[in-house]
Amino acid sequence: MDEVHIYERLKGIVPDVFDMETAELNPELRIEDIDGWDSLSHVRLILTIEKAFKIKFLTSEMGNLQNIGDLVAAIKSRL
Amino acid sequence: MNSLYAELQWLPRAPEDFSKRLKALEEADDRWLGRELKGLASHALDLNQLTRVAKFVKRARTEGKSLDPLTPFRLAVLAGSTIDMMVPALTASAVRHGIALEIIQPSYDQVAQEALTPDSKVNQSKPDAVLIAIDYRALPLKLSLGDTETSNSTVQSAIAFLRSIQTGIKSNSGSLCIFQTFAPPPEALFGSLDRGLRGTLRSLIDEVNRELTEFVVGSGDVLLDVAALAETVGLADWHNPQLWNLAKLSFSDELIPLYADHVARTVAAIRGKSRKALILDLDNTVWGGVIGDDGLEGIQIAQGDARGEAHLAVQRLALDLRQRGIVLAVSSKNTDEIARIPFEKHPEMLLKLDHFAVFQANWNDKATNIQAIAEELSLGLDALVLLDDNPVERGLVRELLPDVAVPELPEEPAFYARTLAAAGYFETVAFASEDLQRAEYYQTNAKRAKLLSQVDGVDAYLCSLDMTLAFRPFDNVAKARITQLINKSNQYNLTTRRYTEPEVTEAQNDPNVFTLQARLSDIFGDNGMISVVICRPGAAGEWEIDTWLMSCRVLGRKVEHAMLQQILEHARVAGITRLVGIYRPTDRNKLVADHYAKLGFVRMDEDASETSRWELVVKDAEPIVVPMKVVSEGFGGLTGEAYEVDAQQHVS
Repeated sequence: MDEVHIYERLKGIVPDVFDMETAELNPELRIEDIDGWDSLSHVRLILTIEKAFKIKFLTSEMGNLQNIGDLVAAIKSRL
Repeated sequence: MNSLYAELQWLPRAPEDFSKRLKALEEADDRWLGRELKGLASHALDLNQLTRVAKFVKRARTEGKSLDPLTPFRLAVLAGSTIDMMVPALTASAVRHGIALEIIQPSYDQVAQEALTPDSKVNQSKPDAVLIAIDYRALPLKLSLGDTETSNSTVQSAIAFLRSIQTGIKSNSGSLCIFQTFAPPPEALFGSLDRGLRGTLRSLIDEVNRELTEFVVGSGDVLLDVAALAETVGLADWHNPQLWNLAKLSFSDELIPLYADHVARTVAAIRGKSRKALILDLDNTVWGGVIGDDGLEGIQIAQGDARGEAHLAVQRLALDLRQRGIVLAVSSKNTDEIARIPFEKHPEMLLKLDHFAVFQANWNDKATNIQAIAEELSLGLDALVLLDDNPVERGLVRELLPDVAVPELPEEPAFYARTLAAAGYFETVAFASEDLQRAEYYQTNAKRAKLLSQVDGVDAYLCSLDMTLAFRPFDNVAKARITQLINKSNQYNLTTRRYTEPEVTEAQNDPNVFTLQARLSDIFGDNGMISVVICRPGAAGEWEIDTWLMSCRVLGRKVEHAMLQQILEHARVAGITRLVGIYRPTDRNKLVADHYAKLGFVRMDEDASETSRWELVVKDAEPIVVPMKVVSEGFGGLTGEAYEVDAQQHVS
């Protein structure tokens, strides 16, 4: 799966976690700037992504996920 | 991960438009809001969906909207781990069980403080119950391998800690306490010795669980057996070390929906909402096969028969449930006398007629029947559970009687009993000897409940099934199946005329004989061939209906009416002015005695053997709207050209 496809799928996933209408994702969007973000919804986002893409992140990888671009790259590396 | 439990597979899957439906509830009238929410929450929802339902409930409460008929319940949750992800799941799962849960959640890891301080957040809120949702890490447990004395005092310290929480809550707020048993981690120190040697983590936790159970049950508080739940799904799936390290989740997030449902069941049981009666379908639920078609010798319930044993397990579970006070009833689409035969005559049946308080076997829809059962037992619909292998029946009852619990069943009958048990509809928090008698209180004479007025909405439900009825004349591809149906149909069979395959071929090739085969598909799949009709020329301008048979599985869906429409179309094209139907009664087909009357035929005569003849004048036949799409193909023969008749339109 390439980055474009990953973005497309994230547009469906992120609103489910944060109770948003649509997600205007761009690589620079910082995850903690998303409305409704807190440390727990961050964990929920990671877990939801793991299930959706059937991947598992290492604990050490999770700390480096600042923005959407980091997230996409991390997903791509695990696929 | 075992999906039956993790995915709550007894619940129907969440609808595709779940988000839209939840959003639409923002406009819902107060009178329906609670009911609609419960309907939506009665699907298997993932953690994100549960969280959104909980947010909705919270918002509705702040906006002062009524959540009737959901029963309010205030639950305080004490935990030494992160419960923020789990709390919304509790609220949403409680909706499923008819409870509007308000959760009091103190700051993180303040279990003892909250219990013991009189003016703590928890004690001040005067909750209806306090859930002590701690795990083994919260207990003062220290390894004391092989040291009996130290092990004993370790266990006693843990119990003293738990008792002090109980005392604190009781004296400060008087609330009911819900204590959880402890799930040990899967990591063993020795291996098998961990269980038997004193002072290992496993044996310490075992002992704590045992003593905890005793003092909780003895004191009138409530036990939530998390240890059993964790064992059921597997300790290795329950405990996730990475998630503990990351976010202090005491068990895997994937099991939050399951855990939340168990807490919700417990709260509902505290509020007296445990279900009290189990209604069983018969064919392919309590035995393999269809009694009306397969007969006593053909149904499968024997020991040593793999299929039969699956259904015996259902019977055994039903009997055990009855022993603990759950009332049993039957709702089956069958002729009453025929449905009773296995209970009266089959040597391997575990269930007997006198185990049932009500025995409803007839050809009316199950919603109307279940309503009659509820009336007869003086129970609310929300006290009933229906176990039925047929997804169409399950859908109908869920749609028309949403308060009745109808578990989804897997394809493999070997898992029916386990699925019913997993759903936990009958979970209670107290058991008294009076419960043992409850099933007897209902006179166990397998009564037939009187049917009241028919439940509304059956036609609308039928339309929602997206049925397509496909008609063709007899052809070579279908010949074997046609012959099989002609020879094995006994119940919905007007004349019970048997044909050999060469005779079927003869009818197929005879230009003066009208043959019809019908296949039905719906949203649940293809039902295959479900009806066969053969019309032969009688007097001039007349067709005699020599054969009309149908699978009982599709009764009540107006298939017969659609068949008649189709016959009339072709009759008109062939210049036929009269249809003559014949009913030859047997001891198996009483069910179709009024088939022709129902379709508007008029009785002509009756011969000495009780065979009746019925007529319908083609030009006087009233068109009928049927709840399905009709497709007709392959009828070139009669007029020399192929033509198609389309959906619910009528050629007049």
